Amino acid sequence: MATYVRNNWFWWVVTLTALAPMGWLAWRALTNSLGVDPVNTVNNVSGRAAMIVLFFSLACTPLNTIFGFRRALTVRRSLGLIAFAYASLHLLNFVGLDYGFDWNLIVQDAVLDKPYILAGSLALLLLALLAITSTRGWMRRLGRNWKRLHRLVYAAGVLVVLHFLWQAKAAERWEPLMYGGVLAALLLVRVPAVRNWLVRQRGARSARVSRPRAAQAD
Amino acid sequence: MVKISPSEITPEHVFLNRRRFMAAAGATAGALALAGCSTTPLSGRATDLVESDSPAVVVRRPQNLPPALAHTEPTASVNQDELGDPLNKFEEITNYNNFYEFSTNKESVAREAAGFNSYPWQVEITGLVNNPMVLDIDDIYKRYPQEERIYRLRCVEAWSMVIPWVGFPISAILKDAEPKSEARYVRFVTVYRPEEMRGQRSGILDWPYQEGLRMDEAMHPLAILATGMYGKPLTNQQGAPIRLVVPWKYGFKSIKSVVTLEVTDTIPDTTWSAAAPHEYGFYANVNPNVNHPRWSQASERRIGENGRRPTLMFNGYEEEVAYLYAGMDLTRSY
Repeated sequence: MATYVRNNWFWWVVTLTALAPMGWLAWRALTNSLGVDPVNTVNNVSGRAAMIVLFFSLACTPLNTIFGFRRALTVRRSLGLIAFAYASLHLLNFVGLDYGFDWNLIVQDAVLDKPYILAGSLALLLLALLAITSTRGWMRRLGRNWKRLHRLVYAAGVLVVLHFLWQAKAAERWEPLMYGGVLAALLLVRVPAVRNWLVRQRGARSARVSRPRAAQAD
Repeated sequence: MVKISPSEITPEHVFLNRRRFMAAAGATAGALALAGCSTTPLSGRATDLVESDSPAVVVRRPQNLPPALAHTEPTASVNQDELGDPLNKFEEITNYNNFYEFSTNKESVAREAAGFNSYPWQVEITGLVNNPMVLDIDDIYKRYPQEERIYRLRCVEAWSMVIPWVGFPISAILKDAEPKSEARYVRFVTVYRPEEMRGQRSGILDWPYQEGLRMDEAMHPLAILATGMYGKPLTNQQGAPIRLVVPWKYGFKSIKSVVTLEVTDTIPDTTWSAAAPHEYGFYANVNPNVNHPRWSQASERRIGENGRRPTLMFNGYEEEVAYLYAGMDLTRSY
């Protein structure tokens, strides 16, 4: 038991935190307090949650490679799956509550007509593909291609930001641009030259920090 | 004469605020004198002080409201519009507001606007008119018969409501101002009070908010200046104490908390078309056949309903207003 807690507390804390917006939405739905426009509320909460959780899953690898925080790798898959769950809720709200499952209207009026809907749809398709192939079985079957396939998450991230940006009003573009900046940083630190430079910087800094301690020991 | 009700039990903060109000009323009278306005006898300015939830905030409200605005509970003469669709609830209409002066979050505007001082209030009618005026809101209530108008409101964001406004045709006020022969447009301006409107302290739009109508649009009997809703004065979040309502145009044309009507001979700048000219035009007529780049305008969500309904040409007022645009290419003049 103590060993389980020691090994898994981080996974539980992160997973439950990532699921908190879902619980909040469920609570508001059950207490009939989703506001004047529930479609809009569910849309905004699920969309932002999907994007933010996706970006946290993208932060796991650099947290390990640059900062040596190995535990981050234990939550990468669950964060990716939770992001997909929020994106699915976002889609269900759109086709069900907003468009009342009127497929003709959805295709003519939205997907074919609005670039941001197209971008969002493609992002969701990619996330679905990655969610399906996230199991150990698919990892085994795909071998080294698994890693190549799962690099599509970068494309999904870009499509998500475009989806957000293209639907924003001029006065509200700062928010998608801010998230675009976060994504750019997450992608930049994956560039080998940048990553290696950051690792060197970190090494140099920790060396500097440890020197006085060594001096004290003298 | 100003009638002051018995004040033995007036708490000190109310008393102090009343003194502040008297000072403000004095300043108002001075401003009117400076403006050389002859239309505003200062009688009937009695007010009472209504305490809001917070004891520190005292909101001033007019006391002598016309009957159409004097209901204590939300009141409408019918429960549906002429197409048979039900009125939206008072709570829906007052808790879902696009009023960027206070917040870009529609459900936060009511809270952010709670401390806004919408009384006393003056509206200036200026520009190419023979009879420029500065009207006190109390005079507006008295001079122009306030009547109920059940209108659909269609937001460019593709949601809509049915709202029982109270107000009067803009034409009434324009006729009193006597537009000159070269008058072509009316420019409307929202109050600029960054200290009370936190959105105006940000650069999200060019403040103050401005809108405009062609003179024949402004003179149309359906175009009103609204002073109330559901038989009560407008709430702050709806653009108290007076706002434009042009039911055949997207909601952003219906400018809130208006302080200036300027009659001009050139097309006025409007806030949203300045912010994004390829998205918002001067006319902004509700038109299911002309798409906004990001939102379909062919369908809309009626607040309180599930699913979508088709958007109607000119928001269902085609019969009444289509002649205003005869011969115009509405895909270009959007």
